Amino acid sequence: MQPFLNALLLQAGYNATLVAVGAALLGFAAGSSGAFLFLRKRALVSDAVAHATLPGVGIAFILMVSLGGEGRSLIGLLLGSAVTAWIGLLLIEWITRRTRLAEDAAIGAVLGVFFGVGIVLLTIIQSMSAGRQAGLEGFLLGSTAGMLFQDAVVIAVGGSLAVLATWLMRRPMTLVAFDSEYAAAMGYDVRRIDLLMMGLVMAVTVIGLKLVGLILIVAMLIIPAVTARFWTERSNRVIWIAGAVGGASGYLGAAFSASAPALPTGPIIVLVAAGIFVLSLLFAPVRGVLAAVIRHRRFQARVHRRQGLLSLAAQHPIREAYTLRLLRRDGLVRADGVPTQTGRAQAAKIARDERRWDVAREVHQDVGLTGRYDGLTPIEDVFTADEIADFDRRLGPPAAVGGA
Amino acid sequence: MAAQDGRVTYPAVASVSDAPLTVRGVTVSYGEKPAVFSVDASFPAKAMSAIIGPNGAGKSTLLKASLGVIPRLSGEVHVFGQPIEQARDRIAYVPQRASVDWDFPTTVVDVVQMGLYRKIGLLRRLSGQMKAWALECLDRVGMADFADRQIGQLSGGQQQRVFLARALAQDADLYLLDEPFAGVDAATERAIIDVLELLKAGGKALVSVHHDLSTVREYFDHVFLINVRRIAEGPVETAFTTENLQATYGGRLAATHLDELSLARGV
Repeated sequence: MQPFLNALLLQAGYNATLVAVGAALLGFAAGSSGAFLFLRKRALVSDAVAHATLPGVGIAFILMVSLGGEGRSLIGLLLGSAVTAWIGLLLIEWITRRTRLAEDAAIGAVLGVFFGVGIVLLTIIQSMSAGRQAGLEGFLLGSTAGMLFQDAVVIAVGGSLAVLATWLMRRPMTLVAFDSEYAAAMGYDVRRIDLLMMGLVMAVTVIGLKLVGLILIVAMLIIPAVTARFWTERSNRVIWIAGAVGGASGYLGAAFSASAPALPTGPIIVLVAAGIFVLSLLFAPVRGVLAAVIRHRRFQARVHRRQGLLSLAAQHPIREAYTLRLLRRDGLVRADGVPTQTGRAQAAKIARDERRWDVAREVHQDVGLTGRYDGLTPIEDVFTADEIADFDRRLGPPAAVGGA
Repeated sequence: MAAQDGRVTYPAVASVSDAPLTVRGVTVSYGEKPAVFSVDASFPAKAMSAIIGPNGAGKSTLLKASLGVIPRLSGEVHVFGQPIEQARDRIAYVPQRASVDWDFPTTVVDVVQMGLYRKIGLLRRLSGQMKAWALECLDRVGMADFADRQIGQLSGGQQQRVFLARALAQDADLYLLDEPFAGVDAATERAIIDVLELLKAGGKALVSVHHDLSTVREYFDHVFLINVRRIAEGPVETAFTTENLQATYGGRLAATHLDELSLARGV
């Protein structure tokens, strides 16, 4: 526990602190810029883009070595990865637009081919004299061991720019994600906005390569947004909640992995994010599974109570055990199934409301109002007291129920 | 009427006028089969116009291609005498309800405010005045009580009204609607037509894709009949005739339908 607390309070040493801050910043940037990826339903494109970074890393290394450099400059490697990722993105877009192939097929093709080329290049680099210590395979799953101050700066600057651009473009991107036809009709260039959105995602992917690795970065883009969706019904809040979830996952995940030497940082961050997702899925107040179950049970109980009372009013026997149990619990029938005083009164009220509805359907012109009958909505919610009094005049005096 | 390049042109719309919407030689094709072929059309000011034709005749396609929502193979579109690209802020579009994801995290009032996005640009905040305007537009379609609902909780008719409120928020001069009455209840149809009548009375031009032949005379002033190619256009009294309908729908419109329409007309 102590090592974890130390890591959490940034007391676990210089490297651990750098990793924790870097991971939190990356998590925030990935979460907020990934929000539109999720809203536009293009989550998997980012997976292909991430895999398409690998050949760029290899090519950049080979280029830098052949130009006499050491080949390990992070900026150089990231620029290389950005170039091939962009090519992969344009290829997906081109295949989808110019051929009859759907986007999923284009994603599969680009992802596989680019990743394959990347692995071939890494293997070639392994056989080069300069390549053995390059540690390029760290880009696959991320590595924090040799994280430098410079790496944290790359994440901080790149991440801030990505968040800023997301905020700046939130309106056009919302419009395109919700209703691209309307956006086009208003004169927005939908294709360019889509490319820009994917460009942001690509930028986050590239700066996250070193820390999380290209295989898992898609999780950091998507899981926070999906989690955020459980907590809000407004797209602009999805952006910031996703950023917060991503940032918290990055920070907590980095602290966890720093507290035990054998835990890999990238995967732990993703697992923390997944943990927050599962909690949200289960316990979010409106959209969560638990809330939905409770809502459904309450609704079911309302239906049964109403049906039970109608049966009492009509003096039909109630056969369903659940209905009887409900009515007993509410003191509407006695243990032997005979209605109580309150039960008879409520049954009479409900039976009368049904007749009021019949009158309303005859006399009321506004079908928008009478159309609101669903067996459950109280008539008082739909018509005014005056209107109900009018229905009553047409109905005559109330009749007693249940032989009282 | 065939021009030298083989395209069929109509003298009445051959020159660019100041009409709210003028379409010339528009062809749209999905694959190798044209859905709309070399269509010329002109829609008048201060009027409600209907685009009418059978299923698959290219009604919605013509509207979307005019707006640039789907690419045109050929043709030009002018709005109030200007190329459409220069007149975007004078156009409001009401797409078909089925075109969006109704589980999208957005509320009714958010959707209406989307109609203001072009006006406010990227940086500015939505002013109190604009928020009040969005609510007023919602009120005009009778949806003010639903402002904070998530859009998926609305009925089909209510969703259509919200789309109309978003178009109202744009405060445009030309309204293009794609089947606004499809799948809505009678009360909503009435509410929508009341709003459209008000717009017309305010001097706006409206063009609507419409599929219900029985309400054409009641709702519209001008019709454009299309079946891939232009069949006829003009004021309802002269263009919405049995002959033109027969030419548009061919065998697909039973004789009894035509009789009913003629009866409604009192012929």
